[in-house]
Amino acid sequence: MDRLIQELPSFLSIWNIIFLLKAMGVTFLLSLIGCLVGFSLGTLLAVFRKTKSAFLIPLRILIVIYTEIFRRIPFLVSLLLIFYIFQIVKITDSLFIIAIVTVCLIATAFISEIVRSGLESVNQTQWDAAKAMNFSYYETLKEVIFPQAWKVIFPPAFSFFILFIKDTALASQIGVMELTFAGKVLNNKGFSPILVFGTILILYFILSFPLDRFGKYMERKYATN
Amino acid sequence: MQQIKISDINAYYDDYHVLKNVSLSIDKGHIVSIIGPSGSGKSSLLKLLVGLLLPESGTISISNKIINYTNKDHLYYARNKTAIVFQQYNLFQNMNVLKNVCIAPHKIQKRKKEEVEEQAIKLLDKVGLKNKLNSYPEELSGGQQQRVAIARALCLNPEILLLDEITSALDPELVKEVLDTIRVLANDGMTMLIVSHEMVFVKEVSNKVVFMDEGAIVDYNTPHNIFESPKHERTAEFVSTILR
Repeated sequence: MDRLIQELPSFLSIWNIIFLLKAMGVTFLLSLIGCLVGFSLGTLLAVFRKTKSAFLIPLRILIVIYTEIFRRIPFLVSLLLIFYIFQIVKITDSLFIIAIVTVCLIATAFISEIVRSGLESVNQTQWDAAKAMNFSYYETLKEVIFPQAWKVIFPPAFSFFILFIKDTALASQIGVMELTFAGKVLNNKGFSPILVFGTILILYFILSFPLDRFGKYMERKYATN
Repeated sequence: MQQIKISDINAYYDDYHVLKNVSLSIDKGHIVSIIGPSGSGKSSLLKLLVGLLLPESGTISISNKIINYTNKDHLYYARNKTAIVFQQYNLFQNMNVLKNVCIAPHKIQKRKKEEVEEQAIKLLDKVGLKNKLNSYPEELSGGQQQRVAIARALCLNPEILLLDEITSALDPELVKEVLDTIRVLANDGMTMLIVSHEMVFVKEVSNKVVFMDEGAIVDYNTPHNIFESPKHERTAEFVSTILR
């Protein structure tokens, strides 16, 4: 305890604070972009997967293969795989971009599956009624199906996002300076691990708590009539 | 004038042959009821007309236009001429009563919102639900939901009204309120195709009655010739069990 109090002033130096905030920004961006892209693309893929049209069959098969693969391999394996693919094709050597691409791929696969099961949860009778009244596929989704599916989609989607913020820590494995990595660096500099990782814990909490509240808000807003 | 002409239709659910060489003509303004045992293809015949079941062979014409149900414009035409009321009501759970009735006429038929709402309120008044405009389907009884579904179908101003076993999911005392609603409509001159197990009702309102069995039309005749002096043995057998 004495050691913690003793270290505190030097730990809270302006440089360390900037260093931690930067790392927090990286975690925040990885999570935010992953969630936003994952939610939009995932929803889009789920919608395509639900279509019945014959010429979209190849697309539907690709979507199924993609979602099934990325939901099954560990986050770290996807990350390393994408990392080495980028090494070969040499599009970019920015570790941050590689991490962003990976988190988007993973979030899209998971959210697409969550949205798909949400759409499935709406009774076929609702589709029949809409079709018989000349609703197009898009109009049926917009007016009838999604308003009823949100209450099934939001809870698992937001709990996925919360897990997802924590999983971005794995980006440290390819050298992205995000929160967890920053914690390790400060620990290696000689600061007490309890002080360092306690701080990291608080910063993660600051990131995920508002998301949790936002999820609850969206549930209340869209999940009731 | 023939409003609906169905010729030699065959339809399948996957491998199951649900409609076998079905032919049926219905005059404009007539009320035709379809009776028959469960699984005889009665509901499938209605689904066929609104394009929820596609025929493998045969032709269907509505108001003298032959409908190709794989063509988008034809499908739109067929669905615009008809309105269907489902056994399970199929009201949109996310909308209140008024919105359920107004959404398709306003958003799909592109009619003016005020005009649609005025008609919707009139219709809901007619089915006795003017005080439930802002209720959601889950807050209503089965009979009330079914009457909303009838108002929703009528607000589309269809030439043909299809009623698919609209009372079979209802408690006996609710059956009457729904059938009374239909009795009022029966005098309005709309063409109606009714699938029903309410034989007394069928006898009373129908111009003609279709008896179906195992996916085929066995008999198509006046209510008198179906119920009092059936010509086919199978019809006689069915009618006697159901009226007993």
